[in-house]
Amino acid sequence: MSDDYNLRGKVAVVGVGETTYYKHGQSGDPEFVLVLKAILAACEDAGISPKEIDGFCSYSNDRNDPPRLANALGIPELRYSNMQWTSGGGGAAAAVQNAAGAIVAGSADVVVAYRGLAQGQFGRFGRSGGSRPVSGPAAYTLPYGMMSAAQMYAMRTTRFMHEHGVGRSSMRAIAMACYHHAQNNPRAVMHGRTLDEETYDSSRWITEPYRLFDCCLENDGAAAIIVTRTDRAKDLAKTPALVLAAQQSGGHRSGATAENATDYVTSSFKPAVKYLYQQAGITADDIDVVQSYENFTGGVVMSLIEHGLCTYENADEVLTFDNLRADGGALPLNTSGGNLAECYMHGLGLQVEAVRQVRGESSNQVPDAKVALANAGPMVAVASTAIYGTEETLG
Amino acid sequence: MSRSTTEPHLPGLRQPAASNDGLDAPFWEGAQAHELKVQQCLDCGVHQWGPEWMCYQCNSMKIDWVTVDPVGQIYSWQRPHHPVHRALSDRGPYIIVLVELPHASNIRMVGNLLGDPMQDVEIGAPVSVVFEDRDGDPDFTLVQWEVSPIN
Repeated sequence: MSDDYNLRGKVAVVGVGETTYYKHGQSGDPEFVLVLKAILAACEDAGISPKEIDGFCSYSNDRNDPPRLANALGIPELRYSNMQWTSGGGGAAAAVQNAAGAIVAGSADVVVAYRGLAQGQFGRFGRSGGSRPVSGPAAYTLPYGMMSAAQMYAMRTTRFMHEHGVGRSSMRAIAMACYHHAQNNPRAVMHGRTLDEETYDSSRWITEPYRLFDCCLENDGAAAIIVTRTDRAKDLAKTPALVLAAQQSGGHRSGATAENATDYVTSSFKPAVKYLYQQAGITADDIDVVQSYENFTGGVVMSLIEHGLCTYENADEVLTFDNLRADGGALPLNTSGGNLAECYMHGLGLQVEAVRQVRGESSNQVPDAKVALANAGPMVAVASTAIYGTEETLG
Repeated sequence: MSRSTTEPHLPGLRQPAASNDGLDAPFWEGAQAHELKVQQCLDCGVHQWGPEWMCYQCNSMKIDWVTVDPVGQIYSWQRPHHPVHRALSDRGPYIIVLVELPHASNIRMVGNLLGDPMQDVEIGAPVSVVFEDRDGDPDFTLVQWEVSPIN
């Protein structure tokens, strides 16, 4: 890949910010205020003025649009606004990618990637209501009782387990690792709530094959990530986390309706991973810590396989609780607690945690972590995935 | 190969309506006539589901609706227990199946598997359509599935 057409190392995350994370519907602030607070926190972390922001990137039809944000923040020049089309939280890494692309292209100098959710104000993901007729793609599923996110992604996991004969023990280990890490993370909604094998095994079915603890939380809050040129980053407050690579990922007919994606048994990362590692100039063996988006644990198993971190054959041997722990595991996973136990901020929290690991600031710090992978949105039509590294990883 | 019923399997959920651009009206009209209709490209012959205005294989826009045999095999499944809609609150578990139609370019269709909601579900099992005729505004028909009797 020619250096001229590769963002590797040219852009860095210089600030991260999060609001308090709340259970769904518990935020006292409106969603827009949550986003403003997260952006201010990220600017403070970076040591820059909010007035320096000149670009905004988000995803999943975030309701807090750049013109209103720029107005509220008093930003003198709004040079770049971007919305990533995707389903679910598949755009979390793509929002950083799009911000990085804008900077490399000279479209903006300081871009914030952000996401806010206030489900008390706007309604929950996990409930569906209404009685009006439904038309279009939803008409092929909803009248059959298939409408929640868990239901939209359960049958991929059933088929995955059928084809490959792995997954159940890995899914439990993933959930336990997330809860384990949340115990050291005071931001985590599940801080103070532990999960053992017996509790997982006896938890109720949401929809077979997913138990309660296979499913992400629903939360209120906001997160923000500030990116700028790497040469500028060196003068700012925190150790920069360089964006080594970031890619979007949609396969042949991945957006087909009524479950007709050509490759059904996939986390959606197969198209992107070859570009991802090529762009970063590394292999899967170089990854020190992984933040892998858990909408549902079954998708994480597929994601880790497709990122080359284990195989279809050895997934259940590699993906054990002991291996996934930050304290001594070979493949530390979701070290903030992730979407299962820290907060479901549509996956942006996982990008934030990857930055913290590269900085050495995680509450479950992996010793000497230099390269962190953070992906978003398994099993959706368009997923995204990114790799962050310390300056020395540029070589 | 198919049968029909007037017993609602999951009453109270939102009823389907043809999309306002007319794209899928032949499917819903076919179901009411107890025919399983899907798209087929007039140029390359591939079947397509869900419907689209263009053939994904050859990009032709000459697409017809054809009646296909109302049978298939279970490709995947799930059994929801947690009610996500108020109409499901007292319903208990039910089964959603993804059915593959090998005789129609391996398209897949989503429906419920009728019968015992706690039955063992076997991937690959042959299934056939049950047209579920429902009262509504207007009346409509859902495409459901049941395990085919062994000859």
